[in-house]
Amino acid sequence: MEMSEAHAVLASARRARVDPHLSIKTYDPEADMMLLHFGPQHPSTHGVFRMDLHLDGEIVVKATPYVGYLHRAVEKLCEKLSYVMLTPIVDKNDYVAPMTNEQALNMAFEKLLGVEVPRRARWLRTILAELQRVASHLLWLGTFTLDLGGALGGGSTLFLHCFRERELILDLFEDLTGARFHYNTHTIGGNRHDLPAGFAAKVKQVVAVIEARLPEYAALSLDNGIFKARTTGVGVLDGDLALELGITGPVLRASGVDHDLRRDAPYHAYDELPVNVVVGHGGDCRARAEVRFAEMRESLRLVRDAIDGVPEGPINGYKPIRQPTMAKSTGGQVYVGIETPRGELGTFVIGGGDTPTSPYRLKIRPPSLHSLSALPYILPGQTVSDAVAILGSLDPIMGEVDR
Amino acid sequence: MNGLVHGAVYGGVIASVLLTTIAFGIWFERKFAGRMQSRLGPTIVGPFGLLQSVADVVKLLQKEDIVPRDADRPLFDLAPVLAALFSLGVAAVVPFSPTIIASDLDVGVLYILAVGGLMVIPTFMAGWASNNKFALIGGMRAIAQSVSYGVPLVLAVLVPVILSGTLSVSGIVTYQANHHWFLTWPVFIGVPAFAIYYMAMLAESNRIPFDIPEAESELVAGVTTEYTGAKFTLFYMAEYVHTLVGSAVGAALFLGGWDGPFAPGLHWMVLKTLVLFTVVYWVRWSLLRLRSDQLMVLCWKWLTPIGVLLVLGAAAWVQFVPGGFQ
Repeated sequence: MEMSEAHAVLASARRARVDPHLSIKTYDPEADMMLLHFGPQHPSTHGVFRMDLHLDGEIVVKATPYVGYLHRAVEKLCEKLSYVMLTPIVDKNDYVAPMTNEQALNMAFEKLLGVEVPRRARWLRTILAELQRVASHLLWLGTFTLDLGGALGGGSTLFLHCFRERELILDLFEDLTGARFHYNTHTIGGNRHDLPAGFAAKVKQVVAVIEARLPEYAALSLDNGIFKARTTGVGVLDGDLALELGITGPVLRASGVDHDLRRDAPYHAYDELPVNVVVGHGGDCRARAEVRFAEMRESLRLVRDAIDGVPEGPINGYKPIRQPTMAKSTGGQVYVGIETPRGELGTFVIGGGDTPTSPYRLKIRPPSLHSLSALPYILPGQTVSDAVAILGSLDPIMGEVDR
Repeated sequence: MNGLVHGAVYGGVIASVLLTTIAFGIWFERKFAGRMQSRLGPTIVGPFGLLQSVADVVKLLQKEDIVPRDADRPLFDLAPVLAALFSLGVAAVVPFSPTIIASDLDVGVLYILAVGGLMVIPTFMAGWASNNKFALIGGMRAIAQSVSYGVPLVLAVLVPVILSGTLSVSGIVTYQANHHWFLTWPVFIGVPAFAIYYMAMLAESNRIPFDIPEAESELVAGVTTEYTGAKFTLFYMAEYVHTLVGSAVGAALFLGGWDGPFAPGLHWMVLKTLVLFTVVYWVRWSLLRLRSDQLMVLCWKWLTPIGVLLVLGAAAWVQFVPGGFQ
């Protein structure tokens, strides 16, 4: 076959395939459309995310998401630094839930290097992960209502209240690790910081406060008539499509798919502390909000159950590492996926290579990136206002999307 | 000539007082919002942060005046001036006491509706002239919203006009002072009419939950996206004046204006106006924003039919109820 002929065949095959952008019923190439560059400099794109929206009036006809404005070459950096130096680097990926970033990375390294994590450290990690989930969902709730209600309105009221409660959790983390945000508390084989005195009592207090205030937040959001009107039936994501796109986490569960790695592939202490997986139905923005609300309650319950039962013992099963050269891998490859507040955060590591002290290749699978890939499918047919709500309901964090 | 002097003096005084009120009204709103959000609000400039608005205005006036290259310059410059003009213009016929009124027009209500309705023009001028897509969508939404909400607004305002039998605002207040406030009697007409007026007023002055023309989470800043410095200040001020004057009109038409015991009429009028003004911000800092199509549904499927029923009810009331109309 001639080269040009091959190109023609390829092109026609490409044409024949149904393009998600063009298969929309409302798409009419003859109509006057406005191309709206939505972001990266926009108040509600959750960072530097950009969508090109083709608008017919106010209706979105075609949406093209663009990512990459926050690319920091984290994966390349991981090939250059040694295993023990990488934890603070990945802290900055999902900057709303740094705890789970660290856990995913160190669990992958533990699997690669064959290190056993003691039971106390696993319980500690569970508690930290669940507290982090509550903090992350609180921040999501605040920013989502900001998207719906504006920075100069009711949205900011709930936003600031959510931040107030998130502060309580950050205070706990500060007690434990000395840092409020980028903790660097997980190491290969366990944790760096043990529970300080009186920590359990503080945790129980914080859990009680947040549990008492969640109904107030529900009154301002879930039970509010305008919130219902803005979210019900908006941005419906089909469960099958979500699975096909690799979407995980609350977004997938809101679409009615019962999938949660904490139960389906237990890690940490989730085999001893069973999780009641929250599954929503409808797959619209409201279902996503309901799932996250219920997950906050479930996480708080889990923390309350776990904090008293933390077993005694060492918090690190590995000899404390003082020199970067002490963690070495001769080869092999592993994949570890854990359930972060946004879904399955995967870490794939190939060990060995020229420098045994650093990964040969490290790949991070960010859940937000997969959530964003739903946008071209669920945005068309909705209005610009809905586009903001839908983007907010997916809870993307550009730090982990672009890495 | 005498009338001209009277109008100029009272108009000047009322405009100055309104603008001063706005300066402290913004401070009050920010304190109020701060308390609602478990923070303090302004505290730095002046005692209790009272001079915050002064600092804001000084800052805004110092800003560079940026005009987009492809903007329609005359329209772009004219829009904020007209916005400030129209919003202040409504205040001319609002009676703050039996004597403090810039111009006691016989057709005051008509004047309020006409000048208030003009507000959409500067908004759309700004949206169009900015040559910005966000501003254009904002202007488009503003037209749809203002034109739609003009209908229930007119219907709601017709109720006190029919009940009192006069188009003069001071005449309506005098009628209420002599008989009863329209909010209190006939209560089944007055309360819904007041509610419709209040919602339409929120929509006309672009306040949450109806602030879709400037919806900053969607349209960056809507029609004012490209405005900076003094021009933005004028828009910002016009919005507050519109809200304040709208509250004053509501107080005059439904809450008996200057009527009240124990205190001079002016005090009552100011008190009622400020209460309505505060409720605007209470609503603003509590609720989320509706979508533009939901806004239209609310207007055409609920407020307008109810408004028509209320106007018919008011007409029936004055016709058939003995003592309903003196």
